[in-house]
Formats: sequence, C-alpha cells, structure tokens
Amino acid sequence: MQIHQYDTVIVGAGGAGMRAAIESTKRSRTAVLTKLYPTRSHTGAAQGGMCAALANVEEDNWEWHTFDTVKGGDYLVDQDAAEIMCKEAIDAVLDLEKMGLPFSRTEAGRIDQRRFGGHTRNHGEAAVRRSCYAADRTGHMILQTLFQNCVKEGVEFFNEFYVLDLLLNEGKTAGVVAYELATGEIHVFQAKAVVFASGGTGKFYKVTSNAHTLTGDGQALVYRRGLPLEDMEFFQFHPTGIWRMGILLTEGARGEGGILRNKDGERFMERYAPVMKDLASRDVCSRAIYTEIREGRGCGPDGDHVYLDLTHLPPEQLDAKLPDITEFARTYLGIEPYTDPIPIQPTAHYAMGGIPTNVEGEVLRNNTDIVPGLYAAGEVACVSVHGANRLGTNSLLDINVFGRRAGIAAADYANKADFVPLPANPAEKVQALVDGLRESAGTESVAQIRKELQETMDVNAMVYRTGATLKQAREDIAALRERYKNVAIQDKGFRYNTDLLEAVELGNLLDLAEVLVVSALAREESRGGHFREDFPTRDDVKFMQHTMAYQEVAEDGTTSIRLDYKPVVTTRYQPMERKY
Amino acid sequence: MSAPTMDAPHSAALDAAENGASQLITVTLRIRRFNPEEHPDPVWVDYQLLMDPKERVLDALNKVKWEQDGTLTYRRSCAHGICGSDAMRINGRNRLACKTLLKDVNPEKPITIEAIKGLTVLKDLVVDMDPFFQAYKDVMPFLITKGNEPTRERLQSAEDRERFDDTTKCILCAACTSSCPVFWNDGQYFGPAAIVNAHRFIFDSRDEGAEQRLEILNDREGVWRCRTTFNCSEACPRGIEVTKAIQEVKRALVTRRF
Repeated sequence: MQIHQYDTVIVGAGGAGMRAAIESTKRSRTAVLTKLYPTRSHTGAAQGGMCAALANVEEDNWEWHTFDTVKGGDYLVDQDAAEIMCKEAIDAVLDLEKMGLPFSRTEAGRIDQRRFGGHTRNHGEAAVRRSCYAADRTGHMILQTLFQNCVKEGVEFFNEFYVLDLLLNEGKTAGVVAYELATGEIHVFQAKAVVFASGGTGKFYKVTSNAHTLTGDGQALVYRRGLPLEDMEFFQFHPTGIWRMGILLTEGARGEGGILRNKDGERFMERYAPVMKDLASRDVCSRAIYTEIREGRGCGPDGDHVYLDLTHLPPEQLDAKLPDITEFARTYLGIEPYTDPIPIQPTAHYAMGGIPTNVEGEVLRNNTDIVPGLYAAGEVACVSVHGANRLGTNSLLDINVFGRRAGIAAADYANKADFVPLPANPAEKVQALVDGLRESAGTESVAQIRKELQETMDVNAMVYRTGATLKQAREDIAALRERYKNVAIQDKGFRYNTDLLEAVELGNLLDLAEVLVVSALAREESRGGHFREDFPTRDDVKFMQHTMAYQEVAEDGTTSIRLDYKPVVTTRYQPMERKY
Repeated sequence: MSAPTMDAPHSAALDAAENGASQLITVTLRIRRFNPEEHPDPVWVDYQLLMDPKERVLDALNKVKWEQDGTLTYRRSCAHGICGSDAMRINGRNRLACKTLLKDVNPEKPITIEAIKGLTVLKDLVVDMDPFFQAYKDVMPFLITKGNEPTRERLQSAEDRERFDDTTKCILCAACTSSCPVFWNDGQYFGPAAIVNAHRFIFDSRDEGAEQRLEILNDREGVWRCRTTFNCSEACPRGIEVTKAIQEVKRALVTRRF
C-alpha cells in the first residue's frame, strides 16, 4: 500500500474533472485520479452543443435560458442554481473559445449557434438559436480542449487509478482510496479537499447511450459512506438513440431541421407539442415515441421504433453540421441518411440526480449541512440545475460552470484547511472488497447478473413506469443483490484485472438501481423524466421537493434505504402547466 | 395537420437494417494473449462464438470475456468510435474494435486480433500508452496566444476554421502512430498522432505558437522521419488525412507559411 498526500484530489477526468483541475492546479497541489485515460471519458460523446445566451445570431438573454431550464426541469430545478448556470454560461463558452475550442463560426466569424430542444425565445414563444457548437462534435472538442489545457497547466494525472472508497474522519474529508489497475496495488490519497467528478451511471439500462464505464462509481461509494443521493428516480431517456444499440444521435439533428416520423410517415410531434414540435424537451419526445409505438404506429417488422428523418436536408448541410451521426448510421446500420430515414428509439442517457451539492459544489450530508472538504460536479452531482428533466446541452454547460466552481472552491478550502488525520487502517474496506472478489469461490457470473439487471430496468423502470412495474424491478434487484454476494471472477491476477473491476462496477450499479427504483416508487406523481402511469399528473402539493435517499445499515449488516425530502429553491418562477 | 409522408420508398439497405438479427454465424476470434504474470511469452488462442455478423468486433470480445474467459483483457469505453480506447490490430490492420463490424472482416475465416505495434504490450491487448501521450505533450498541443485577450470570442472566419477541421477530429487512439513502420523501428519518432495535433494548432488562425512547434518538429525525430507510406491515413478511424497533414507541416517548415 502506498500513501500519497495532496491538497486537492479530483476523482474523474471527464469534462467536469478536468475543468476543476485547471482551476485547482493553479491554486493548490492537485492530483487527478481517473479510471480511464482522460480523453476516454464520455464527455467526448456529447454532440450537439452547449447553450449560452450569447445572442450571436438572434436576440437572447440568460433570463430566458433560466426560464427554459426551470420549465424543462418541470419545476424541480433549484432556481438559484439555474440562474447562476445560465448567467455564467456566457463566460463559460467564451473561456472555452479562449482555451482554443474550435467552435463552428458564423459568416461574421463569431461562434455560431443553433436551435435545441426546449430552448426558446421569450419564455416559450418559439425556438431560439442558443446552442454553441462544433459540428456534432462539441463534447469531443470540449474534452480535447480541456485536456490540452491540463497539459498546458501541468495537471498531474494518475491514469487508470480506480477510486473505491472515500475516507471521512469525524464527518470531515480525509482522502480517498484507489486501486491501481496496472499493478493491483492499493493507494491511499490523503487530501484536504476531494472533488468527485466521476460521471454517470447509465449502464444499469440495456439500451443506453452510455459508455461501458459509466457505472456510478462516485455515487455508490459516497452513498455507502452514509451520504444522501438526490433525485435518483429522474433518469433521462434521449429520444434518438440508434434502434437497439442506443448510440446517441444528437438533438442537433432536429435542431438542423430533422423530423421524427412514425410508420405512416407522419410528423407525429405536431400532435404532442404544437409549438416546439420535434424540438420539445426530451422527456416529452421520448414519451411521444413510446406512445406511437404502443398505439401501433411504430416502424419495422415489430413496430418497435420510429424514424429520424434527415432526407429532406441538403447533403452539404449534413456533411458540415452532422458529420459524425450520419457516419454512425452508415457504420452501424448500413444505411445512407441522405436518402434513408434512421431507425431510432429512446435511449437511457443521463442521470439528473446524484450527489447533492450547493452552488459552490460542496456536498451536502443532509438538507442543509455540508461535508467539509468534499465537492462534486458534473453528472455525478445534483446541484440541482436539471430538476426532473435536463435540457439538451445543459450537461456540457453544467460541467463547465460547476466544474470550474468546484475546482476553485476545493482549492480555496484546501489552502485554508489542515489535513484531517487518516482513519486507522484506511484501506481496510477496499482491501476486503478486492480480496473478497479475487478469492471468492462463488458460482454467479458478473455478466449474467448485469444482463438481468439491465433487462429488468429496461422493462420496468424506463420511460413509462407504474407501481407494479417498479415493485417488480425492486424485487428483481433484491434477488440480484443476493446473488451478487455469491459472485466470482476468473481473473485472479494483479495486472490489469478488468474482470475484478467489472465485478466492483456491478456492485455499484446494483446499489444505485435500487435507489432509483425505491425513489421512483415513492414518488406518486409524474414530473419530467419520471412518468407514473398510475399517477399521470404532477402533484406540486406533495412532490415539489427533492428526494434524498440514505443507506441505512442495520446491526446485522443488512442495508435498507431511507427516503427524506428537501425543498426546492424557487426564486422567480412559480410552477405552471408545462406545454411545448 | 400532419406533414406528408416520406417520398422515398424503403431502400434495400433500410429493409436489411430493420429486419433485426441476421442469421447467426460461428465466428472464430484468434487472439494473441499475453500475461507475464502467467507466462513470459505470448500465445495465440482461438475462441468460437455464435454471433450476428452485424455486431462489432468489440461485441465479440465482450462475449468471450463475459461468457468464456474473464481473463481476456482490453480497454474499451464508449463502444462507438469516439473515446479511442480500443485500437487494436484486427486481421493485421489497425482498427477500433467498436467501429469494425464482423461482416466487414471476413468472418468465415478466423479473425486475428492482437495489440497495436510499437508500444509495449502489458497484458493481452493492453499496451503502455505513456510514450504515445508523451510525444503528444511534446508538441505543445494547446492554443498559444500573445497580447491581451479580447472581451468576447476571438473572431475566426468559417474558412479559417475549416483550414484545420480535419485534424481536430483526432481521438488519440494511436491507430495511426502504431501503424507507422518508422515508429516501430524508432521509438523516438514523434509519430503521426503528435504531428496531427501539432497541425491542428499550426493551422489555427488564432494560434501564435506555430514557430515554436515547427522547431520541435524540425528535430531529427520530427516530421522528416515520415516516409509517406500512408499506413497512418488508412488506419485512422476518424478518416483524418494524416499523411496529408504531415506533408502540410513539412511544407510549412520549408516555406514558413501557415
């Protein structure tokens, strides 16, 4: 076991982690621990853009953006946080440009902007061109630009270091414990401040846009240390994933004029969202697609998908604005999007919920108090700027605005604070976890349990949910968690043991899926991405509040979930009926 | 109210795409395994699988790992050609496993899979990427500017933006660098990927560090080592014209115009 000491430790090297690292490295001695090489992170898969009211191509202002964000989140957004995000969005985009990000440009040489779902002029009048983009590679460019600037600033990375535990001492942050993939060695990092920026958790669904590596590692280990997870029942299903594969096809395709069609060729979104049509928010579009499918208007032999139609757009426009997604259609479906519509279905995409933080990125241990020295930013966190449904592009905005804020806040804290003593035997828990898996004589397979988890989540906890389906999912997950105790791996080695890591990741997914389902079961209303067919309307009296889920451990070691609720911060917008 | 139906009838390609799974076929993956914890030498091992030919090589590797042999080790993340984790040599050619469909690599015969060349193999398909990233860092892959920053964005015409578009696509997967015979024989050579990333800034109208980068690439291990074998361009999963980019850097060194 090795022990390291840094002022600030950042866990994860996607957009939020690297944005935080650029700030904290300038201010404090910082280490970034990442289970992947930095440029492998899933920020790179984001496509369509990053919204900011630059008003480069038409009138816009950040207050309209704030309203859209609050409405898009179905009024579960903390409005003070949304206001900060939308106001700081402008500088966040300009900062990236100055760091070198190659945005697509207007005729006048300014950053070009395009339409995106749910982003409107003057509180819903019509779609507005707000998304700053680089073709359909905006996430890739953000990730590369941030990595380039990390190289410039000399950020210290520990690549392929997998953080498996958070160390707290008397409620204060003491550090983290990491597993070095190359050697199997365990490292303790003592730190004054720790920033979690470890990304999402979409791999508990089968059809997902998420990478294999998005297994909710940060959320799970914080949760197991007794800290709450907020709003985990709100998971976004992106309307346009490649049918069956789930690979993301950007909403920017509809921003460029793409149309959703059913088997009759009908532009069905006109019926569901008369003003915004195909650019209604994602939850609305995904439900519309499933309604079409359920009512027999789906496409293909099994009627289980619809089309994203780009065939009316000029090929030059597709080449210039949507080069990657058209290539995905060619590569993975063997079709030509110039002339063929693309078979799509909703795909599990984004966790609105996560580790609760305030607007400085400080992690909450209950509704009001923070954990000194602990920060989170990006998809792992819940500020909450996305509420019940995130607007397209606001994730890239979130990582930049709150990644930066968390990096600054963590470094400033580290510069004032002292190291908290490490607990006795700091690596004990991780050592036991790793040894337990390596030495297990169990009979269950990681892949099989994961497959069954993904199947029950896809069937029972997807776009449409009911009490009955969620109870089924809860039962299935409980049984899988039981079987997981008897899981075994084949690779017993120390060098690059990815077999072992997949087993650990599955444990994280199981815990988080349970939190999602239990939180969803208790929320007897429909709001944003959480739609209960048995409670199809929004209930602001009972449920305009955030879910806070805590793990309770009984004396015999059995765990259960305790739910609490936290008020929503409302500043200028009172809840209204949500129409697009 | 509703828009008219689509004009185009279904193409054969769309019909094929929508008709679900094709006939499953038996595929043999012939993988070059190496684990120094177990044995000092690499060994070729065959795995037989029932696969849909429309699936990815990565799907086949996953199937081996999840159902037959959990010790098989490789890097992967996004699974659709964006993250750059899974470059490997498939039937002797560098490709991303997640962007290569089985039907496109002659699945009737054993499909050979081995680690990319020129970087030390650590286990199975996992290589040491540090030398690769070091070469990248050495070319100063970040925007260098002088003088005061404007309040708003720097202006750049769409034409100037287009000038370096091709090289912005790089995902640092190392498929190009590890396909280069010069790199295989001389580990000191920067390699195509580093030059691509230098190109991305040298030809960016906003950048003022081109002279510094060109001096670095004028080194004896720099661009002049390129023998224009075009392996790199063929290997690039992003379709970057790598050799052309290297030639443009060479020309810029001669003419000092960029």
